[in-house]
Amino acid sequence: MADAADAAAAVVADAAWMRVKAPASRLILQCAAPARAAAGTAWGVPFSEQSCRAQVKGERATLWLGPDEHLLWQASREAPLPLDALEQALSGHPHSLVEISHRQAALEISGPHATTILAGACPLDLDLREFPVHMCTRTVLAKADIVLWRTAPAVFHLEVWRSFLPYARALLSEIGREFSAAR
Amino acid sequence: MNFRTAAGGRIDRSDALPFVFDGKAYQGYRGDTLASALLANGVHLMGRSFKYHRPRGIFSAGADEPNALVTLSRDAARTTPNLRATQIELYPTLQVQSQNRWPSLAFDVGRVNDFLSAFFPAGFYYKTFMWPRAAWRSLYEPLIRRAAGLGKAPTQPDPDRYAQRYAHADLLIVGAGPSGLAAALEAGDAGARVILCDEQSELGGSLLSDPHVAIDGKNAYGWLDDTLARLKAHANVTLLPRTTAFGYFPHNLIGLNERLTDHLETPPDHLPRERLWQVRARHVVLATGALERPLIFPGNDTPGVMLAGAAHTYLHRYGVRVGSKVVIVTSSDDAYQTALDLKTAGVEVAAIADVRESADGPLPTAARSAGIALFANSTVLRTHGAQRISGVTLGTVKNGIGGERRHIDCDVLLMSGGYTPSVHLFSQSRGKLEWSEPLQAFVPGRSAEAERSAGACRGIYGLQEVLADGVKAAAQALGSAPNHTFDVHTLQRRHGSNLGALPSDGSSRGKSFVDWQHDVTTRDLALATREGFHSIEHVKRYTTTGMATDQGKSSNLNAMAIVAQQLGKSIPQVGLTTFRMPYTPVTFGSFAGVSRKELFDPVRATPTHAWAEAQGAQFENVGLWKRAHYFRRRGESMHDAVARECRAVRDSVGIFDASTLGKIEVVGPDAVEFMNRLYVNNWTTLAVGRTRYGILLREDGFVYDDGVVARVVADRFHVTTTTGGAPRVLAMMEDYRQTEWPHLKVWLTSTTEQWAVIAVQGPNARKVMEPLIAGIDISAAAFPHMSVARGTICGLPLLLFRVSFTGELGFEINVPSDEGLKVWEAVYAAGAAFGITAYGTEAMHVLRAEKGYIIVGQETDGTATPDDVGLSWAIGKKKEDFVGLRSLQRPSMNHAFRKQLVGLKPRDGRTALDEGAQICERPAQRPPMQLIGHVTSSYAAATVGYPIALAMIAGGRARMGQTLYVPTVAGETEVEVTSPVFHDPEGVRING
Repeated sequence: MADAADAAAAVVADAAWMRVKAPASRLILQCAAPARAAAGTAWGVPFSEQSCRAQVKGERATLWLGPDEHLLWQASREAPLPLDALEQALSGHPHSLVEISHRQAALEISGPHATTILAGACPLDLDLREFPVHMCTRTVLAKADIVLWRTAPAVFHLEVWRSFLPYARALLSEIGREFSAAR
Repeated sequence: MNFRTAAGGRIDRSDALPFVFDGKAYQGYRGDTLASALLANGVHLMGRSFKYHRPRGIFSAGADEPNALVTLSRDAARTTPNLRATQIELYPTLQVQSQNRWPSLAFDVGRVNDFLSAFFPAGFYYKTFMWPRAAWRSLYEPLIRRAAGLGKAPTQPDPDRYAQRYAHADLLIVGAGPSGLAAALEAGDAGARVILCDEQSELGGSLLSDPHVAIDGKNAYGWLDDTLARLKAHANVTLLPRTTAFGYFPHNLIGLNERLTDHLETPPDHLPRERLWQVRARHVVLATGALERPLIFPGNDTPGVMLAGAAHTYLHRYGVRVGSKVVIVTSSDDAYQTALDLKTAGVEVAAIADVRESADGPLPTAARSAGIALFANSTVLRTHGAQRISGVTLGTVKNGIGGERRHIDCDVLLMSGGYTPSVHLFSQSRGKLEWSEPLQAFVPGRSAEAERSAGACRGIYGLQEVLADGVKAAAQALGSAPNHTFDVHTLQRRHGSNLGALPSDGSSRGKSFVDWQHDVTTRDLALATREGFHSIEHVKRYTTTGMATDQGKSSNLNAMAIVAQQLGKSIPQVGLTTFRMPYTPVTFGSFAGVSRKELFDPVRATPTHAWAEAQGAQFENVGLWKRAHYFRRRGESMHDAVARECRAVRDSVGIFDASTLGKIEVVGPDAVEFMNRLYVNNWTTLAVGRTRYGILLREDGFVYDDGVVARVVADRFHVTTTTGGAPRVLAMMEDYRQTEWPHLKVWLTSTTEQWAVIAVQGPNARKVMEPLIAGIDISAAAFPHMSVARGTICGLPLLLFRVSFTGELGFEINVPSDEGLKVWEAVYAAGAAFGITAYGTEAMHVLRAEKGYIIVGQETDGTATPDDVGLSWAIGKKKEDFVGLRSLQRPSMNHAFRKQLVGLKPRDGRTALDEGAQICERPAQRPPMQLIGHVTSSYAAATVGYPIALAMIAGGRARMGQTLYVPTVAGETEVEVTSPVFHDPEGVRING
């Protein structure tokens, strides 16, 4: 929704600590563990069997969302998704593979106040010991559902449903007001 | 500031601050509260009481203040009533008004209530204003509310910003007095994540008022500085001054209200005024201290009568003498220290009246040595003076009755009835309170949460013991051995508590107040018990004792003691009323946080939103979505626009954004079995590449949702839902999948926002689409109604449906959302030759109603079966089960007189009905009228040439051609019952 996002950008000047990431490719894979092992080879990134953990390799990542559900994430849409290779690897395994590249957008929150700003709308404990790097989970950002993924100690990746993106950005901007520099 | 001491206190004497109270200019110092600054200027009179409009002065020095409530105004919008003067931090240009007085504080007309008080006993409004009945709403209630109000709420929107934050801690410590600080040291040094909050501007609690006590060889202020520096050096410790823990919620969730800018002259723009913290703590230490208990005697509300501990705080913390000549009446040794300190500061201490039988021990002895007159076994018979106390009559207690009388002049009377532990939060946490006979107070018993009370809030009063108790509580919470010890030097004190009214000889007719803020006296409580209110909860509500904004902080225990005495019961037998949040009032802004205006709710927009806006679309809210309602052209009314849009679809072609429809991908080898079990339809017979209208019921057999379902591949269904139903249908599906049929190999993925959906509808739809599409033959023969196929449009991946919600030839284009606008514009351009017209939800509603297509939630209301809305054809007749089948088999679900969907046509051919209007068989009936149904949809702009309506009418399908009556603004309107399908009943056009 480039247009609505742009409309939001017109009223919300994103701060240095917030940016909308480039359009990414996404798949939801739902299946049992043996199928995941097969798909991991085709995707090029293994799937975490530990709950709420992401695995990253180059442009691609896998995020554990549930015991039988993972998000496959690819940083850009330049390279086509290896859908045929995945389906081939998964053939013979009961599974569901659905493309949702356009369903959501990615927002990155970073910097020394990242956890504090997120704590303005997300009830999770984001202390590094409780929510380490590459932990990921479904959670809420005030009234929006998100997937929250810590990619570095002070960097968070938020998957936001596209129509909730203007809300998420405006909300975080308002929460972050007191931390914005040059005051 | 002639009542200011020469030196000392926590104020900054180099920073004098001007402020205004009731229009008069005064001066105070940085570090003052409004109360301390006014006392320094000799002002005690602060307001008028709630019911009797009696003059009232400053009573306490903290959150328990019942009297000194004021209205603080920064500007017209930034006005806050009912603030406690004892908690307002002074800043330059502070503007404050007293409340509940007219025309002025010194001369108040409402005072007449006091002299008529015999007519205002407890519950007077239940007794007096019963007749005439109608006068209650129009006359009595408004009058009472105006006369008995506290401050006035501001009328303008709050311009300030408010923030909220979630936080997590190993240990949350509430209260930064000695026990809280000791707990914080213990836990902070151990590396635990600690949050220490305190409602005051400075951390330190009672130590701020007791600079002379010695801890570890330092005076209190020195020890405090060292301790706070040590805590600040810990990254794992968060210190929150000006932060009130106002509520204790299940599983150790504590609500904190932090005030960030109220103390600043010019609040910086980037800071929120307040922050609501929601702290989830592994362990909680409540170190909330104790409140001094007032004494009950006639005239105990005269300005100048105040708590002894408050005078102690004003003297030491703020460098203020509360008066020139004081009398102290006490049941505890602490007030003796206050007497000695006041005397040292140059205040004349005229007498100490101890209500206990004897006054011995180190402190009374010191008072005698200092030459202070001391009377044991004393009581207060009455006070003198109206707007300020001028003297007191003391009595000696003989056989429980005030005996020998002694008059003493004074300008301040200090009282101390011992302490009441602050168990508010403990009680909110559902912990069990226990009555302590030696302390004459309720103290925390068994905890319900991972919580410990420490120090004065559990009845431990000696400083050494309080510090040790804080350490112990933190160590226990962390499961470690206590590390810190403290060396304290203070004189030994004998703590004594008084409960209920002091003995009296009955000579005074003055009122003895129990609840200052709600003007409840001993007589009111006695009257309530005489009138049969024996439960403390009933007494509370009848007299309203403890129900003011201070929630009875200073009154509850005394009230219970008086009721117990009246009833001849013990206090534990009478019991306590419930402590409720908030501990002190919390602003609405704090609870709202950033959820205001455009951030109140997310606003969801579709990919074509900006295009529609530019084309004059008027939007309507559908759930959180903004949908184009209709596209207004210059000079058009809504009716004109909708009629034009409908006509375009019927005559040529229209384009409509259907992106908000819910979409769920149901995938897996058992997908068809899953769909068969959930939906009423038979999905086994649905071929790949075909779609079917599906109906989902709840277990009770009533229609829950509907939508077109496509079988894209054998094991993959693309299910559409209503816009509003998308989340709940997915939730219901997941519920069945995970809990009822976990063995089925099927998975669900929401694709609502993956796809932009563009409906192209009308006889020319195919002509518009054909040039744009590749990979699909969309001819009538190759791609009939209810088909689905993958292909490309404008070179982009396409999932194309041949469906219609208009009754015309129609397609629904599904493309990835980021491409939605691009494809929309391409279709719009291609349609220009056919006059393609964008239409909104209103036209869509009209077009579908002309075809008798229902909208779930409009024709259905949660009590309609498929048959009721004419959809029994959709049910798979050979199916053995689906959700709701058993309920549909109940006899009452198949009754001939159930309400059924029909169409209504006005006999006059022009009167539009109102949606929701009731329908009857005969207009002239004696009430109650027999109502047989209601209008569910009604449209004046129909293309059939007359207004149409859909209705649910009892036995409606057997009434075709009948005349019924519907009330409209024009009167009774005659309508004819028709089929709900008004347009193209043969369904020729849809297959075009």
